[in-house]
Amino acid sequence: MISKEEVFKIAHLARMAITDAQAEHFSKELSSIFEHIQKLNELDVSDVEPMTHVHGVFNVFREDQVEPSLEIQEVLKNAPDVNGQFFRVPIIKDHDSE
Amino acid sequence: MDYEAVIGLEVHAQLTTCSKIFTPSSTEFGHGVNELTDPVTLGMPGCLPVLNKKVVEYAIMLGLATDCQIRKRNRFARKHYFYPDLPKGYQISQYEEPICEHGNIKVRFDDTVRSIGITRIHMEEDAGKNIHDPRSGTSLVDLNRAGVPLLEIVSEPDLRTPAEASAYLKTMRKILRFLEICDGNMEEGSMRCDANVSVRPVGETKFGTRTELKNINSFKFVEKALEYEIARQIAVIKAGDVVIQETRLFDSETGTTHAMRSKEESADYRYFPDPDLPELKIQKSLIEAVRDSMPVLPEEARTKLIEVYGLSEYDADVITAERLFVDYFEEAFQICSNAKATANWLTSELFGYLNKEAIRFEDCKVSARDLGTLIKLIETDVLSGKMAKVVFEEMFNTGKSPEQIVEEQGLKQITDPEEIRKTVTSVIDENPTQLEQYLGGNDKLFGFFVGQTMKKSGGSMNPKVVNEILKDELEKRKG
Amino acid sequence: MSDITFKSVSEIRQGLASKEFSSVEITKAYLDRIEQHKDLNAFVSLSAEDALADAKLADRKIASGEAYSLTGVPIALKDLMLSKNQKASACSNIISNFISPYDSTVVVKLKEAGAVIVGKTNMDEFAMGSSNENSAFGPVKNPWNKECVPGGSSGGSAAAVSARLVPLALGTDTGGSIRQPASLSGIVGIRPTYGRVSRFGIIAYASSLDQVGAFGNSVKDCAEVLEVISGHCLKDSTSMQLEVPEFSSSLDSAIQGLRVGVPKEYFIEGIDPEVKVSIQAALTKLESLGAELVEISLPHTEYALATYYIIAPAEASSNLARYDGVRYGKRAEKASDLLELYMQTRSEGFGDEVKRRIMIGTYVLSTGYYDAYYLHAQKVRRLVKRDFDLAFDEKCDLIACPTAPTTAFKIGEKVNDPLQMYLNDIFTIPVNLAGLPGMSVPCGLDAKGLPIGLQLIGKPFDESTLFRVGHHFEQATEWHKQLPPLS
Repeated sequence: MISKEEVFKIAHLARMAITDAQAEHFSKELSSIFEHIQKLNELDVSDVEPMTHVHGVFNVFREDQVEPSLEIQEVLKNAPDVNGQFFRVPIIKDHDSE
Repeated sequence: MDYEAVIGLEVHAQLTTCSKIFTPSSTEFGHGVNELTDPVTLGMPGCLPVLNKKVVEYAIMLGLATDCQIRKRNRFARKHYFYPDLPKGYQISQYEEPICEHGNIKVRFDDTVRSIGITRIHMEEDAGKNIHDPRSGTSLVDLNRAGVPLLEIVSEPDLRTPAEASAYLKTMRKILRFLEICDGNMEEGSMRCDANVSVRPVGETKFGTRTELKNINSFKFVEKALEYEIARQIAVIKAGDVVIQETRLFDSETGTTHAMRSKEESADYRYFPDPDLPELKIQKSLIEAVRDSMPVLPEEARTKLIEVYGLSEYDADVITAERLFVDYFEEAFQICSNAKATANWLTSELFGYLNKEAIRFEDCKVSARDLGTLIKLIETDVLSGKMAKVVFEEMFNTGKSPEQIVEEQGLKQITDPEEIRKTVTSVIDENPTQLEQYLGGNDKLFGFFVGQTMKKSGGSMNPKVVNEILKDELEKRKG
Repeated sequence: MSDITFKSVSEIRQGLASKEFSSVEITKAYLDRIEQHKDLNAFVSLSAEDALADAKLADRKIASGEAYSLTGVPIALKDLMLSKNQKASACSNIISNFISPYDSTVVVKLKEAGAVIVGKTNMDEFAMGSSNENSAFGPVKNPWNKECVPGGSSGGSAAAVSARLVPLALGTDTGGSIRQPASLSGIVGIRPTYGRVSRFGIIAYASSLDQVGAFGNSVKDCAEVLEVISGHCLKDSTSMQLEVPEFSSSLDSAIQGLRVGVPKEYFIEGIDPEVKVSIQAALTKLESLGAELVEISLPHTEYALATYYIIAPAEASSNLARYDGVRYGKRAEKASDLLELYMQTRSEGFGDEVKRRIMIGTYVLSTGYYDAYYLHAQKVRRLVKRDFDLAFDEKCDLIACPTAPTTAFKIGEKVNDPLQMYLNDIFTIPVNLAGLPGMSVPCGLDAKGLPIGLQLIGKPFDESTLFRVGHHFEQATEWHKQLPPLS
């Protein structure tokens, strides 16, 4: 069971504003989905290595070489708000990254 | 009751690779805002990271230099939080599986040596920069720095005083600079330091509640910030309150710290292994290749200077302040074979001139070879110490070799006995009154004859030889 | 039926080579047909001008003898594939105005091969869905019955190929998003092995499961396009350094004696009886073609769906964190501070299903739940893969089973029950978890005249066997020649 309070907390972590009614709705929906997910607890996987890469690939590198940057017009052309060459946002307060 | 502080440092070292950790975008300083970005740096849809091999090599190098164990299996993890300088909404870092663990470094401080534990070293990407403009109520975002490789170096809480913490930081900086993997410039932010600080009554073994100190952006401020924070915590406890676990910012203007935010709920970073980046398996062969490519470390260099070259601890400390000095010393020594003289010329003359003229060592015109040659010219009596200083000044100003200066200015010291005897004889002959007085018992006049001889030769005659010959000639006249 | 829009890729190539028609002509013909069947809502953007310019260039290349296999052949891209200076929105409001500053690797490869990209197809927002009803541009209609869904998430690509609006289209498959719509739309859809095709420039849903693949009207057409888009890519660390076989040149090799595994867990309750009958008939057909049927067991199949619905949303919640309205995309207008900017932008920008999955993903990764959900799921995922490894090691050369438990359902029928919707993918999801290649080929029609698909699953990087078996099956049946009832 995922409570409305938990739903609000998750929505905040994911930075999505939700209304009270939506929280109610999500609480029901997520609860039923997680009920299905609980099925996995039937399995004892204590001896199983978690999967990392499906084909077991490892050590993929590139050499330390520089390639040209994106043209500044291309960097900024999709931006909702700029100031000079900066991206602009409303002022950041201390708690904003919480 | 007396209290002691318990301090652990987290150092972020920006690596000197040409390109970023996960994309070929450049890491250079001094470009226009957002001009060193590409789709990967900007966190554009569809972009994927590809790991820069050099970052792994540098991490292993620092791990070996700090006596760490290098983890065989490594993964990158995503650390999630929303912030405008973090383009993807997560930072690619290492979490449960850092590349280096369980190391230590020797820190010299007040004539004592302490081993400070290194908990872990991990690789991660840097964030961009936000500039706040309260006037307009906006913040501006520059992502040039986003994706520059960092090593995060976490120490054990082994440090007890601000001065010790500062010594640790300087030692770490020295190691990074010797390895040439980070330039260690705190003012420019290429080396950053956060501190975990707590206090406890002396004798207590449990740790007190700690605060995390951020924004210590200069070497100058490390001790200041820690001193303030330690005093604050002690005052809190003495007043009967408890220290709150929180992040505090150091304000260099006021020399104080203040709480950054109240942590009702601690951040939930939702770490998980980055599925875009396959696992790293660090093979022995890679570790050995890195080990073979490693330069001498500061401690090794110091020991060598003292034990092999016979230098004083003081000279050894001065020379091992930078790898450049050590390299310079060794190259000059190769030419002149006099360690003591090399150390003296380097630390007094050369450093003195550089200081006076405010020139960086890197821009110095006197090559190690030339300094070695100059010392050799003294050793072989080609130059007197006095002449050498004149030559050195010319070398420092023009970058000319000592041989060339000696040649051009005819500064060569005369040691030929026949030539000297001629001059000595003529000086004696030209001063019959003084000769008479000398022969009459006025020994002080010996110095007069030396002075006249030197004057006549323009100061270019070897004083030792002049002395000998003069003595001989005057003796003859005693008859 | 002499319309040039009803030709296979090799027929188009011959027609172009023999100057029966030009690339410009055939491109125009397809663009006309797209316009004519606009009501299907298969496309979200067209690049007619660029396409005609590319077609012109292709005609010149063909004339000068520099043509490759796809030179001059029109193709459509799912709207999450980036093409320089073109829109790519993943059918989400949050980036509905985004214009890509770079080409995805598949687009680079298609351009090099001379293919003519005509536009972007509709899809479920960020590839999350099985019906193409979760699109900011509205649902796609199934060409076989416009009241039905075409499947999803690559519903626009599937409908476009099914309706012959384009001979080929690319899609992505994270939990079945190529195979399921191929099945529901009566065409062939190949999802290659994870790592076969570069993901660079593909808007990510779930990184460890996403893979680019293709739709066509025949196995051969799919094989030809997969040859072009496959290959190791330096910009995708998960792409594999392997030679790409010439899939299309070995199609005719005999399938005599190939062992076809039939997993007993795939014929369970919940599967539509008509689907079951058609699949059994298809298996019998394969047997009659010389293949040997072997019963196999994939015991962890029943856990695949739950595993998927932890791993995919977890990765998605992370991959979609970048859509914050700072550097690109649509920003909420009224935000007075940064927190509000994030909260409102993401609330307004994402649709319900995307929000739902971000919520699930955020939850399973949050402190205290990671081990119980994400880590646990990654362990079960290994068990699911082990089932396949064992079957391939000991019993069979490939696996055959249904692609989807039902045929196309009505638009709106399942939108209010996410779990019911998720069950559409129970037969396709295990393949993604195990990183295997899978293909759906038409194998029947139900009583309502809606298509049924046979799923073939191969060993890692053994797409060749799937193409071969699929091709032989096609040669022996008429299902792939069935056309939707369109003008």
